[in-house]
Amino acid sequence: MCLGVPARVIKINGDIATVDYGGIMKDVDAFLVPNLKVGDYVIVHAGAIIAKINEKEAMEMMKAWSSIMEELKGEI
Amino acid sequence: MMHERKLISLSHGAGGKEMGELLRELIISKVKMSGFEEGIGLEDMDDSSTIPLGDIHVTVTTDSYTVNPVFFPGGDIGKLAVTGTINDLAVMGARPLAIVDAMVVEEGFPMDDLKRIVSSMIHTAEGEGVALIGGDFKVMPRKSLDKIIITTSGIGIVSREALITDSGLRPGDKIIVTGTIGEHGATILALQSGIDVGGTSLRSDCASIVEAMKIALELGGVHAAKDPTRGGLAMALNEMARKSKVMIVLEEEKIPIRDEVRMYCEMLGIDPLYLACEGRAVIGASSEVADDIVQKLNKAGYKDATVIGEVRKGREGYVLLRTVVGGIRIVEPPTGELVPRIC
Amino acid sequence: MKFISSYRDPKLAKRLHELIDQLVSRLERQGVSRIKIMNFCGTHEHTITYYGIRSLVPSSLDLIAGPGCPVCIVPAGYIDTAIKLAMEGVTIYTYGDMYRVPGSYESLAQARAKGANVKVVYGFMDAVRLARNEKKEAVFFGVGFETTQPTLASWMVRDAIPENLKLLLALRLTPPVMRYVLRKSRVDLDGVIAPGHVSTITGAKAWVFLSKEFNVPTVIAGFEPLDVLIAIAEILRQKLHGYSRLYNEYGRVVTWDGNLRAQEITDKVFEVTDGYWRGIGLIPSSSLRLRDKYASLDAIDVYGLKIEKGIDTRSGCKCNKVILGEAKPTDCPFFMKACTPAHPLGPCMVSSEGTCHIWAKYGGRLLLEKFELE
Repeated sequence: MCLGVPARVIKINGDIATVDYGGIMKDVDAFLVPNLKVGDYVIVHAGAIIAKINEKEAMEMMKAWSSIMEELKGEI
Repeated sequence: MMHERKLISLSHGAGGKEMGELLRELIISKVKMSGFEEGIGLEDMDDSSTIPLGDIHVTVTTDSYTVNPVFFPGGDIGKLAVTGTINDLAVMGARPLAIVDAMVVEEGFPMDDLKRIVSSMIHTAEGEGVALIGGDFKVMPRKSLDKIIITTSGIGIVSREALITDSGLRPGDKIIVTGTIGEHGATILALQSGIDVGGTSLRSDCASIVEAMKIALELGGVHAAKDPTRGGLAMALNEMARKSKVMIVLEEEKIPIRDEVRMYCEMLGIDPLYLACEGRAVIGASSEVADDIVQKLNKAGYKDATVIGEVRKGREGYVLLRTVVGGIRIVEPPTGELVPRIC
Repeated sequence: MKFISSYRDPKLAKRLHELIDQLVSRLERQGVSRIKIMNFCGTHEHTITYYGIRSLVPSSLDLIAGPGCPVCIVPAGYIDTAIKLAMEGVTIYTYGDMYRVPGSYESLAQARAKGANVKVVYGFMDAVRLARNEKKEAVFFGVGFETTQPTLASWMVRDAIPENLKLLLALRLTPPVMRYVLRKSRVDLDGVIAPGHVSTITGAKAWVFLSKEFNVPTVIAGFEPLDVLIAIAEILRQKLHGYSRLYNEYGRVVTWDGNLRAQEITDKVFEVTDGYWRGIGLIPSSSLRLRDKYASLDAIDVYGLKIEKGIDTRSGCKCNKVILGEAKPTDCPFFMKACTPAHPLGPCMVSSEGTCHIWAKYGGRLLLEKFELE
């Protein structure tokens, strides 16, 4: 329902930011997310940044589930 | 609902299902003399048609080029007007001999742009050893067309036994693609949706596949071939599966797509399998020679050439894909125009 | 973005696949014969079918697509109105998703073939830029849920809308329709995969009522294949241990409170009203309209429009049941016969996020079982 794509902020001027989708650069609306910094990973939807991505959280989720799978593996 | 006259829409020309239906209903079902003796004719809808003469086939094809913008990273309408047509000959196993082209230019089109396009055409044809033996030139009033349209017809020859069609796949064959996919389609769509392509590595793969086909054919064992232009790999493979009455199973991990093209497709919510390639061949070859063909192509500089799937008995005409996480999905032929989505 | 690839890692996917099988067989040993999980959002439906996840889970587990496709649920009357404006020479800017959805008689794409000035844009920002450059009368056809709404409001609060650009809006809110589904639909759900990007705006808190009031295990998930597999596994674990709670799997983006700035901006520009959902009906407090301060931007006021009640579904079309998860596309008599992606009858077949379109394009489980692959 809402296609959101990860990208990295590479330039900010006023309410417009330039983001890099992994090689493709595009200007997007940066008004909705306060104190953006260059280098932040963000989610872009319909040409606007709607949230920052917390990379640490991403890693922890993956670790949590890897351990769950290990623990259950023992039970099979 | 009052009776409304049916009108042509953009999707009728997008190379997908609607176009196939329209051509069958409008032309193919109406033409009685649609082939020359046992040559490949209208209803085969192959990349080229053929006229059998003695122990050879003369292969004939025609295509019109309306790409917008006219100049793009990796090529221009002039280069495309040559490679597009000789590629349609090459996938029949034929050696392209000559082309004729008809140009229609809009009044007010800049002369130096036209010079650039024509010299690009000549340079590309001569580079492939193909003669430009005739043509036509017209100018139409401003606004009656969008800049320029080039129609190129090509002629080639192939021996009877070396003729390849797009309907010869057999269960057990492997599917080879000669390079990364979606490059042309992604580049043109990016330019049309106002994305500055300059700063990126997006560029059309517009190029001849005559040499690649020659290398692939040297070992024998090639049963079918097609060039995946409008409608992309999805259209080409669905056509081959339908005509060969076989099922094709692809491995998503093996399909070569450059990261930048993949990211671009994810940004716009478009499936790269549906984006046009303008310098790639899709080849169906027996499993004994498939890996050797790939190695020879890699050594000759087609470093991304690879096996992407195999042909099986089973539901005729279906193209399946095993996804990176092990699931299975159907790859349908494209419908409608390709437009970005938000959800 | 290294972490993205780990959410598509085939080895991890295989182990999650095995974990899901194991959880389902333990539930079956407890006498559970069928498990129904609703993936509310159209983009999750796309991930599920694009990666063939239905062919990865046991056949006793149903992944039911919910009404979370902002395009399918727009009443036909709005599309008819947009087409009428376009035929009268007003330039209509629309998202690609809305371009081919049929109104009562035709779509914006078909109207364009008859000379209507219809342009597909990637975002509202493009419509603002184009309208400013072309200086012609233009209307932006704005559809979408909580994710899309702030991307419109952000330009209005800055008074950055050119004089010649108005808005025709069909904006909807997702918690009210989820509440409606749980109350009305005869499907007793074992779990809900809640929308990921809506939640970046509303915050995870918007979905706590699902487990609190309806005690349905709920997971807010991301849109990579492993996000969805993890969500399924979590729902099965909750069901196995007999409890239900809200689990935020998409913690890398979604927080408890969400994007407060986006919420504030949206609230400045829009107010909540009752809303009509195509194929479902009227749902209280499920729609947004412009506040009086921004009435000058509303195409309905400016052009004195009246949104007629159009033909929402052809008779016999089961889209309304499919949208509520009460029927699968393959239960509909028209599916892949009179109703195909090339000639869509109902909204679910047209929109690229619609359940029927995705099943037709990427194949629902039933179609796949016929292929003897292994």
